[in-house]
Amino acid sequence: MRRLELPDASEAPARQGLRLWLSRLEGPQTMGRGPGFWVAAALAVAAAAAYPAFANDYVVGNAAYFLVWTFMAMGLGVVWGYGGALSFGQTAFFGLAGYTYGVITINIGSAFGATWLALLLSVALGGIFALLIGYFMFYGRIKGVFIGIVTLSVTLVLETFMAQTAGPQWRIGEARLNGFNGMSGMPPLTVPWFGGDVLLYAGTTLYYVLLGMVVLVYMGLRMLLNAPFGNVLVAIRENPERAEMLGYDIRLYQMLAFGLGGALAGTSGVLYTAWGQYITPSSMGLTSAALPIVWVAVGGRRDITATLLGCLLVIAGFQSLTIYGSQYALIVMGVLLVFTVLVTPNGLIYTAMDRVGRLFGEARR
Amino acid sequence: MRTFGRGFVLARALSSAEQGARRVELFPAIFSIFYQFGDAFAFLVISCAGLAVIFGMMGIINLAHGEFIMCGAYVTAASARAGLPLPLAIACGAVAAGVVGMALERAVIRHLYHRPLDSIIATWGVSLIATQGVLIMLGPTMQGIGTPLGSTLVGERSYSVYRIVLFASAVGLLVGLYVLFYRTRFGVIARATIQRPAMARALGVDTRRVYGLTFGLGAGLAGLAGGLYAPTMTMVPTMGATFIVESFVTVVVGGADIFLGAAPAAAILAVIRAALTAWYGQLFGQIGLLVAVIVVIRVMPGGLSAFLKRWQR
Repeated sequence: MRRLELPDASEAPARQGLRLWLSRLEGPQTMGRGPGFWVAAALAVAAAAAYPAFANDYVVGNAAYFLVWTFMAMGLGVVWGYGGALSFGQTAFFGLAGYTYGVITINIGSAFGATWLALLLSVALGGIFALLIGYFMFYGRIKGVFIGIVTLSVTLVLETFMAQTAGPQWRIGEARLNGFNGMSGMPPLTVPWFGGDVLLYAGTTLYYVLLGMVVLVYMGLRMLLNAPFGNVLVAIRENPERAEMLGYDIRLYQMLAFGLGGALAGTSGVLYTAWGQYITPSSMGLTSAALPIVWVAVGGRRDITATLLGCLLVIAGFQSLTIYGSQYALIVMGVLLVFTVLVTPNGLIYTAMDRVGRLFGEARR
Repeated sequence: MRTFGRGFVLARALSSAEQGARRVELFPAIFSIFYQFGDAFAFLVISCAGLAVIFGMMGIINLAHGEFIMCGAYVTAASARAGLPLPLAIACGAVAAGVVGMALERAVIRHLYHRPLDSIIATWGVSLIATQGVLIMLGPTMQGIGTPLGSTLVGERSYSVYRIVLFASAVGLLVGLYVLFYRTRFGVIARATIQRPAMARALGVDTRRVYGLTFGLGAGLAGLAGGLYAPTMTMVPTMGATFIVESFVTVVVGGADIFLGAAPAAAILAVIRAALTAWYGQLFGQIGLLVAVIVVIRVMPGGLSAFLKRWQR
């Protein structure tokens, strides 16, 4: 069990504003500090940026698909790994935001970068819905496995409801919900540019946009998790009663973390819908709901870097398995899951990073 | 998906109840309503019993529950087609699932008693392996066995006798479990182990063995559910998923105690489900169940059983 290390205020030099937040890129709640780590991180981003030069457009579009999911994984990492609340229903916010993006863009079109407005609105809606569910759960003092059951029920209700919206009476403005077959025909993300909008179909441009978003969100989460908010969240995970006795309103912190997780899942939902121009109710079903849990559990939920890397690795591994023998992919996934839980409860990537960190000393928290 | 056309049948029953009041043919209408309710009740009780034992006694949420059901159904179908009479075949299915359950407990679950959240994930992994493994080894479907016992006429409508047998089995199952847990030595030791493990160990109870047996019992009950419903369903590797949502809902609404919780919960949910299905269709029946679970967790965190126990005092 890792000890909770709060930074000592008396030692830390007084910083303010932007410098204070930048200093929080390193801290007790995230692995990796010092020049060694940041050089490695910069190299990784540079390699990711150079990747399209060595691959064709289709492969790059596929890599963009991997990046789409990382937001939901990082959100679950915050909720589950840092906040200690296992949510089985991140896909509810994923699906809600995805459908919202479809409804908005089909109705108002994609001119003048309206798709980005739709993205913001959908993500906000996902976040607000998560805040509502979070208020209901955490202020109702629901704990432990019951959080998993409530969230799973929510996502299954949404799935079942959306699956029965076949027929012309289920429409919002121009947008038909289309029941089990799902919604399609929404525009991809667009960037207004001189001489016509740039449509971000699955390909190199979308890949760069997503890579930039992943880096931004990752850095933002690092800062947030090393800020007092993250420290309190970890304190709640380690011992809710103690955190409460120290005067923190644990319900509020958990609700806000859950809202953040929902907004991030919503981001993935919008990007997924924009990536493939379709979304179906089964993206909220039992199997889909369990996938983020696999990524985060196998990668390592206690550290945002491990979550990010683990998510990418598991999705990539799963897809290559599917190509070589689709029927065995699920078995390998199940074995991986059981193995992780039994042998490296903190996650494969987390454990590996911890080992490497001990070797070099610099990667430590 | 299970499609019994309950909604249609109940709607017919309700409308025929109106006519029946005029024609003084009340009995068939009432029988029809009871039949619908009994069918839903039996399904909920039988499918949730195994899950309820494992969750109530051990606090483990077993996401591989559906796969134990599938295991029971497959073994039942295979042995019935090999020539065993159906009741024996069902027993075979239950025993097979129980043995698999005990092996799984020893290999995986035993290490996770102190980590309930991890046990959810591990059992989900097991469920993935089982579903896909069966799909690879036995193919996408298996030849089933027909529903036995035919049907009977009550009033103008015919009813499957086997479904009435299922209702009787559900009641029998509850009685049997009550006798097992409250009238036998195993029951006393199991309850002692659950309530005060340290004290039970101090008195010489091998608690690890009791946990193993209890998990095996839960898995065996799941296998029994699979066996009982095997004649009414299509044999596919994902058939466990049909049961899992309903059984979770029942267990969560019921809480830790099977008799004070799961049984009354199944009765209440059966009414909700049968009514919603009749008025709005199958999907709304399911939505109603899920909404019920959310509300119940919020209002009574310990489920019905904790609520009833407090009310008793």
